[in-house]
Amino acid sequence: MTGIVVVSHSRMIAEGTVALARQMAPTTRLVAVGGTDDGGIGTSFDAVSAALATAGAGGAEVVVLCDLGSAILTTETALDFLDEAERARVVIADAPIVEGTVAAAVAAETGGDLAAVAEAARSATGVAAPHADERLLRGADAVERSAVIVNASGLHARPAAELVKRAAAWQSDVTLNGVDAKSLIRIMGLGLPAGSTVHLMATGPDAEAAVDDLVAAIESGFGEDWV
Amino acid sequence: MPLDTDWALAWIRTAAAVVSERRAHLVDLDREIGDGDHGENLQRGFAAVLAKLDGLGGDAVPADVLKTVATTLISTVGGASGPLLGTAFLKGSQAVAGRAELDAEGVVAFLEAARDGVVLRGKAEAGDATMVDAWTPAVDAARSAAEGGAGPEAVLRSAADAAVAGAVATEPLVARKGRASYLGDRAIGHRDPGAESSSYLLVAAADAAEEVRS
Repeated sequence: MTGIVVVSHSRMIAEGTVALARQMAPTTRLVAVGGTDDGGIGTSFDAVSAALATAGAGGAEVVVLCDLGSAILTTETALDFLDEAERARVVIADAPIVEGTVAAAVAAETGGDLAAVAEAARSATGVAAPHADERLLRGADAVERSAVIVNASGLHARPAAELVKRAAAWQSDVTLNGVDAKSLIRIMGLGLPAGSTVHLMATGPDAEAAVDDLVAAIESGFGEDWV
Repeated sequence: MPLDTDWALAWIRTAAAVVSERRAHLVDLDREIGDGDHGENLQRGFAAVLAKLDGLGGDAVPADVLKTVATTLISTVGGASGPLLGTAFLKGSQAVAGRAELDAEGVVAFLEAARDGVVLRGKAEAGDATMVDAWTPAVDAARSAAEGGAGPEAVLRSAADAAVAGAVATEPLVARKGRASYLGDRAIGHRDPGAESSSYLLVAAADAAEEVRS
């Protein structure tokens, strides 16, 4: 399973971010590292190196989320001291630290590999305005269909991650209720309860097949026991 | 006297003393445009370096001293200047690995590799108002001095003078990297603390070379 390291200047930010993500990813290896060795504000090379080793134990792949500049510099320097094979298993995701960690953790919890978890982190933007890209696909020759969420707890973390994974497999651009269906944080941001009708729209070479696949997945409850 | 291990040790001890002496000034510069911890971070880093130098063996070459500086700064500084200066000393030490002393060309090789290390780590370019603006003029001045036939001490002094001028020249610039970049035009008129402290280090190197000789 892909591990996640959260590097902040502040131990409290790192630990708080991990605690938040842990709610939705109870079994994922989430490692918080923040502050200097004497407990001040800053980043510690030794502590970051140790966190990378913990998250990557047993050859696991690791996605790292950082806050300000020197957290990234310290992490990059720590990566320089790893051997090539170890380094190839680590990605620093360019993402907002809190939203990115939550999205990455959900992706890791649902079995995402290094690329998928890093992409989930990177796409974790636009939280304040999930509908900002609403009309992106309108006006084109879009394929449109509706479906009803049948999962008892709505489109919560696991089915949301499943939907995003399936949407990402298609070449076409796909939106669900106007937001990018390939962005976990945006789909989760919709907070769709059971019984909601959702509107899918896709444009691209495989738009028809993409919409068929996603409608079928939504109506089957993503294989969850939803009754 | 040649730029040997005694010089390298004298350099770093001088640098540690200067960083400690100018700590308040660096803190002030950093408070104006950054997070105010640069002086403290460097002082902590160089204090740790001094403790490590005593453990070096008698057969150490200059590169061993410089590598110890590198790994210790990376581990102990706690801010961006740790990885940046640490990478500078690490790459610089690799460029002069195994040499018992540095000639003029060796000084240039060290400075150039160190500067490239800072650029690699921080991805800043000349004119971004960072420590690169001290290191790059130092490299250029050292190279032209060496090409003009200057000895290693004179090459170092040229580099130090150019670094000092380079740090002063960051004042009218808009910072494009690090915490100061959040200020936009408001950073104009402030000297970059990283360029300032890098100039101290290079001045210390030149001072140590002249001390050792006299």
